Amino acid sequence: MARRLLFEHINVPGINTFDVYRQQGGYRAVERALKSLSPDDVVEEVKKSGLRGRGGAGFPTGMKWSFLAKPEGVPRYLVCNADESEPGTFKDRYLMTHIPHLLIEGMIVSSYALGANTSYIYVRGEMMPQIRILEKAIAEAKAAGFLGKNILGSGFDLELYVQPGGGAYICGEETALLESLEGKRGNPRIKPPFPAVSGLYGCPTVVNNVESIAAVVPIVNEGGDEYAKIGIGRSTGTKLISASGNINKPGVYEIELGVSVEDFIYSDEYCGGIANGKRLKAVVAGGSSVPILPANLILKTVNGENRLMTYESLSDGGFATGTMLGSGGFVVLDEDACIVRNTWNFSRFYHHESCGQCSPCREGTGWMEKVLHRLEYGHGTMSDIDLLVDVAKKIEGNTICPLGDAAAWPVASAIRHFRDEFEWHVTHPQEAQKGNYGLAHYADPLPAIAATV
Amino acid sequence: MLKVTETQEINFSAGLIAQFDEIVKRYPQGKQKSALLPVLHLVQAEYGWLSPSAMDKVAEYLNIQPIEVYEVATFYTMFFLQPQGKYVLEVCRTGPCQLVGSDKMMTHLEKKLGVKEGEVTKDGLFSWRGVECLAACGMAPVLQIGPDYTYYENLTEDKLDTLIEELKKK
Amino acid sequence: MSDKVKVTIDGISVEVEPGTTILNAARQIGGEIVPPAMCYYSKLQGSGGKCRTCLVKVSKGSEKDPRPMPKLVASCRTTVMDGMEVENITSPEVVEARKGVVEMLLINHPLDCPVCDQAGECSLQDLGFEHGAAQTRYEFDRRTFERIDIGDKIQLHMNRCILCYRCTYVADQITDNRVHGVLGRGDHAEISTYIEQAIDNDFSGNVIDVCPVGALTDKTFRFKNRVWFTKPVDAHRDCPTCSGKVTLWYKGEEVIRVTARKDEYNEVEEFICNTCRFDKKNTSDWVIEGPRAIANTSVISSNHYETLKPLPVIQQNPALMAANKEEFERTKKS
Repeated sequence: MARRLLFEHINVPGINTFDVYRQQGGYRAVERALKSLSPDDVVEEVKKSGLRGRGGAGFPTGMKWSFLAKPEGVPRYLVCNADESEPGTFKDRYLMTHIPHLLIEGMIVSSYALGANTSYIYVRGEMMPQIRILEKAIAEAKAAGFLGKNILGSGFDLELYVQPGGGAYICGEETALLESLEGKRGNPRIKPPFPAVSGLYGCPTVVNNVESIAAVVPIVNEGGDEYAKIGIGRSTGTKLISASGNINKPGVYEIELGVSVEDFIYSDEYCGGIANGKRLKAVVAGGSSVPILPANLILKTVNGENRLMTYESLSDGGFATGTMLGSGGFVVLDEDACIVRNTWNFSRFYHHESCGQCSPCREGTGWMEKVLHRLEYGHGTMSDIDLLVDVAKKIEGNTICPLGDAAAWPVASAIRHFRDEFEWHVTHPQEAQKGNYGLAHYADPLPAIAATV
Repeated sequence: MLKVTETQEINFSAGLIAQFDEIVKRYPQGKQKSALLPVLHLVQAEYGWLSPSAMDKVAEYLNIQPIEVYEVATFYTMFFLQPQGKYVLEVCRTGPCQLVGSDKMMTHLEKKLGVKEGEVTKDGLFSWRGVECLAACGMAPVLQIGPDYTYYENLTEDKLDTLIEELKKK
Repeated sequence: MSDKVKVTIDGISVEVEPGTTILNAARQIGGEIVPPAMCYYSKLQGSGGKCRTCLVKVSKGSEKDPRPMPKLVASCRTTVMDGMEVENITSPEVVEARKGVVEMLLINHPLDCPVCDQAGECSLQDLGFEHGAAQTRYEFDRRTFERIDIGDKIQLHMNRCILCYRCTYVADQITDNRVHGVLGRGDHAEISTYIEQAIDNDFSGNVIDVCPVGALTDKTFRFKNRVWFTKPVDAHRDCPTCSGKVTLWYKGEEVIRVTARKDEYNEVEEFICNTCRFDKKNTSDWVIEGPRAIANTSVISSNHYETLKPLPVIQQNPALMAANKEEFERTKKS
């Protein structure tokens, strides 16, 4: 049985309340940090843990913390990014719904480490129920003396507030989130300066994902070294994976990084296999932004090794044959799923969510959606496929924020791996309206590596 | 440019203003503009949508220019700039939900309610629309209804029928 | 000198003040190696970074950290580091990306230059001429908006807008309070006021001058004449509100338009007030200084000078020479 650090007590009745959470050992990390560790000690533990940002980019959290500027007399802020909007990702919602005090505890410890006396949790506006849950949890924690002035007699003060978003995926980008928190449109800022130097209200700021903040709790409780023992190589600890799509058991699973993708999809501990007795066609492994892979490439790397749920193994082969762990939004597509339709759907999402600030993304996302719509509805041409590749290339890397890349990658990868299916939509427009291309050769064993090198 | 359909003047109740005051306290002195999103949510919960008059009053309250409120209200998709049905059924239409049948749910809603996306039923009770990922992909298909944004998960056509009947009785 | 930093752009070195952006360093060098800018405006704080036409490649970060930057960067918002090496027109990657940006800027543009008052002095027209393809690959309906009047002197033609945000910065920084802004988001974003509202302010007319395209135009000049048939003349008057330094645009004896004086990068030298711009259209209102110098590459200059005369420093560098030639061919093609 895999170790669970965040969800160890998730099934204990009433764990969403302060009392039960406390009985299960909750807020020990606050006690340990505030009573026996200096802020720098906490940062050091997080560094040692090897924890990487769980929001998608995978940047080492400890290193991000150590970049925070600390000018005299200027307040510093910690902002938790709970704007979870990446299609396929719903782990933060799950965590906040069922074990809100874990996030609150993580916020207290992290704020202490960073020297922040006011911290905000920016929650997407659609999660109004979770906002109410968090507000209640904050009130409980405050009543118990874990928030407010002079927490546990340590001299450390902290006020924690929940801020609702308004419905904009782009606010998951940290500088757009800060703009939104300042009451503005969620236009990402042009960097530099980075938030570590000039963030919220121009003050040094750290923005971390919900899961990253929550992971600080077991790291402080058990020590960074212990945490780092879990996982493989630079993929340390446990990760929440949101599993959805055509599987028997959709849901949020806490895995030890290093589980094989095959086990994750087929074992009863996790997804329990493909629903309705169908066969696996493709997987989007880390949220809609990451490249989609066909069944054969998601289960094995191009070298014939088992693909594992780690940052490194999923990205093995680069974008030619690999993908990314991203935010852990694991979307499974069965043999009946239409890749063209799925790609169009994702591109409609990015078109809808583009902030419109910079031209390649504003114009390019809409263009890609229109071409994909035409292909999906049987009016496409062969040249449309190359056009899409080219437009994706012109967006990628040329935008202010990563939304441009996020819009380009799914389109480019779908065509890279499923070109036959796109061409079939052009050559068989009527059939494509009624049926689908099916599994084709997408699960066939990969050719031996010797032939290609 | 957005068309204005109603110009009736709005005055916020003392109770609502008191809630605004609480929110403004969360931010440092002079940063009251940060309260804009939470305040707009409260206003929409109260009136069902954001009329120009309501937005102007919010600007006045926060001591910012009206255009700053319009810019924000039109950027975020949760804010309605036109009157809606009493219940707005927002069905997730993205990726994972679509894989397991959100298209069917929307077709069913359109037939059942007899109005197209964005329109309001004659009795003023319902409108519906497709929205982007609601971060509940494991419980797909899903829809949400404001202003509390209650979620309805693992939808089927039968579940939709029951939900609509229940809302009608409320 | 010692506190200056050295940056090399397309093989040409220049020493600049710390904190200078790549774009401004390039402007200090001048000539073909200056990246085009559609949204950046040196006189407007916070502008830039959005249009992506000024993307360049940083092939060496600095003397201390020589690693190249992983992506192309917006030269208008990236500050130079000592020893930085930048490629603009010598990088095929940059030229390709810029072509891509120009294509994006044009897919929803109405291309109504024949009836647009900005034609002849339009940054997008120049950019399209230099980097654009002869044919579009975009086969869908272009997005359209209704034309609106912002007061009786300024017309907003949103179809032409490239969302550079310059006019909103003008309103924020030059006028008392901003009544217009960017509404909506993504490709539906538009410059607008919520309800049709006049931008009523002494300096509001400057939004016309900063607009790089024909989205904000002077209604008092609407359809009066093509700019290349007019004669620009520098003049000034003793104005209580602004510097009073303007360019008068003559058609025969008649002043048909007044604008601020614009430099070679299409930026105004000083912002002017609405009285000077809209209400002083008699020669007797002004002290004439002399003809306004206009770049000989501009259509406003009646003659075209089509010779390749690179600076000596360019001639010494074969790569730069080749790139320069290509750039020259582009500007020459018709």
